[in-house]
Amino acid sequence: MNQTPLPNSFRSGPDEDGRFGIFGGRFVAETLMPLILELEAEWEKAKTDPAFKAELEHLNTHYTGRPSPLYFAERLTEELGGAKVYFKRDELNHTGSHKINNCLGQILLAKRMGKTRIIAETGAGQHGVATATVAARFGLPCVVYMGATDVERQSPNVFRMKLLGAEVRPVTAGHGTLKDAMNEALRDWVTNVDDTYYLIGTAAGPHPYPEMVRDFQSVIGRETREQMMAMEGRLPDMLVAAVGGGSNAIGLFHPFLDDASVKIVGVEAGGKGLDGEEHCASLTAGSPGVLHGNRTYLLQDKDGQIKEGHSISAGLDYPGIGPEHSWLKDAGRVEYVPIMDHEALEAFQLLTRVEGIIPALEPSHALAEVIKRAPTMDKDQIIVMNLCGRGDKDIFTVGKLLGLEL
Amino acid sequence: MSARFDRTFAKAAAERRPVLVTYIMGGDPDFDTSLSIMKALPSAGSDIIELGMPFSDPMADGPAIQLAGQRALAGGQTLEKTLELSRQFRKTDTDTPVVMMGYYNPIYIYGVDRFLENALAAGIDGLIVVDLPPEMDDELCLPALAKGISFIRLATPTTDGRRLPKVLENTSGFVYYVSMNGITGSALPEPALVGGAVARIKEHTSLPVCVGFGVKTAEHARAIGASADGVVVGTVIINQVASSLTEDGQATGATVPGVEALVRGLSAGVRAARLAAAE
Repeated sequence: MNQTPLPNSFRSGPDEDGRFGIFGGRFVAETLMPLILELEAEWEKAKTDPAFKAELEHLNTHYTGRPSPLYFAERLTEELGGAKVYFKRDELNHTGSHKINNCLGQILLAKRMGKTRIIAETGAGQHGVATATVAARFGLPCVVYMGATDVERQSPNVFRMKLLGAEVRPVTAGHGTLKDAMNEALRDWVTNVDDTYYLIGTAAGPHPYPEMVRDFQSVIGRETREQMMAMEGRLPDMLVAAVGGGSNAIGLFHPFLDDASVKIVGVEAGGKGLDGEEHCASLTAGSPGVLHGNRTYLLQDKDGQIKEGHSISAGLDYPGIGPEHSWLKDAGRVEYVPIMDHEALEAFQLLTRVEGIIPALEPSHALAEVIKRAPTMDKDQIIVMNLCGRGDKDIFTVGKLLGLEL
Repeated sequence: MSARFDRTFAKAAAERRPVLVTYIMGGDPDFDTSLSIMKALPSAGSDIIELGMPFSDPMADGPAIQLAGQRALAGGQTLEKTLELSRQFRKTDTDTPVVMMGYYNPIYIYGVDRFLENALAAGIDGLIVVDLPPEMDDELCLPALAKGISFIRLATPTTDGRRLPKVLENTSGFVYYVSMNGITGSALPEPALVGGAVARIKEHTSLPVCVGFGVKTAEHARAIGASADGVVVGTVIINQVASSLTEDGQATGATVPGVEALVRGLSAGVRAARLAAAE
């Protein structure tokens, strides 16, 4: 199964069937097939349409606030005593995370297709908030499916979505987390195929979603490249990003995949440790399988039943991963490592104190890996980490874990 | 390849009636009870059995079938045991076609070749795998056909005239027309619309067309059966099983007889279909 031949370019996927090596594809019910073929056709037209590109760039600049800064974290660099650490500050985007990059792109596509109703799934609520935001901006009704467990632990985001006019439907089926929310969103889509656009939040699902979401998020990597050349006159030595479904990571990584000098590290949620069941490290501890429209690494038992997983971070609490990451792992281009809950929690606190930035728990995982790696590198080496979300939504979770009453 | 299907449809045609296809979840609520249910189906009037393979994430199914799958998994059901149900069933019934229905991942993890070999040995006639559209035929459909196991495809209201030939291309046994966009167990579709859709599919294939999704009563079965070669009933049977269980999900003395009585009623509806249509 790890026989993926090395390609001439790591940036040429997917093929016309939506595959990255053996990963990806279109594993959906027949009811949805005509829809995803229609979406693919529309996306093919839109991506070469200058008017589409111009409208998206205009919104990115004036609505989201792009480009996001590339920030040299001087105090953290000093503290770690090794490589220079830069943050790509996508947490400064409107709505507080990278999710808006994808939502704006997809809602423009939905509009082109004449769809009048938006649905989405959400875990931490960041994608739900970003979807509710663009739905409000474009005047479309929006339903967000969210696992009942997540509704509870991410209540500030639930309230934000409601303020933005979205209907939040808690999902109690299964264990009430992101995978169950995605099942329920797919059921809604199957039932309301005529008017509904399913705005998937990560670079996973049936083709063309993994490619499309990656392309919308690649603005992160393209900006980073330009900013790094302007600031340092060279490419970074290492990129680090957190992977749940993997959209912020693929957005940063993709424009650098063919630069052999750039080492690339994806950080998974190691939860309470890989020995037990309570983690979401599908790449490090899972195996290839088929779920939610694509073949990819999954947490599953020996009978092919999907496991639930666990992470301190609701945004990483998903038993799968985008198919391009699975391919990049097998091809050996990207290294994927787990970070435990407690390491992420320590990183969260360190960044808050040293740089005055409260990160979300998702990029806190990436940060914990940076904390391990930077001290082992030379002082003239450069790490860029994607600071993909801000931590306001997590202060209650963190407070509870630290034993504080808020 | 599909000798049992051919005999079954020919027999029903000779009796001037559509076939009744019944869906049960393998292992719901436990192996032995579900084997007893399966064995009781043919004499209650079921012509074809769809044997559900439980999956943790049944994306195209409603809450009833999802819960049935969860009960089966909690009871220790595995793909191996679902194959075993068919093996046991075949000891006493060699006529009734058995179709395994579910999602791809458990089969993929079991191993496609190993699965097909064991399915053939267990007397399985066909497969319905919800998340394998024609675009994915290399995965399981073509290897199954090569082994002599039918691959039954779902056609839906979103399958338009352009797409229909592709959907029908490697379909064998029969065509399963999903009469509505949605999940299993939703509301009954308009019989007249269903009739039109069946006629449209029949322009493209000589295979029998069975209709499912939303059929709950003998009256529904009669109405849908007036225009289709077969009527598929699933959720209502699953609900009958669920309603017979104890609070902690154990089978009772009413579980098997309850399903038998229900299927007998549905069968009567199906048998009245063409008579009613001829009136």
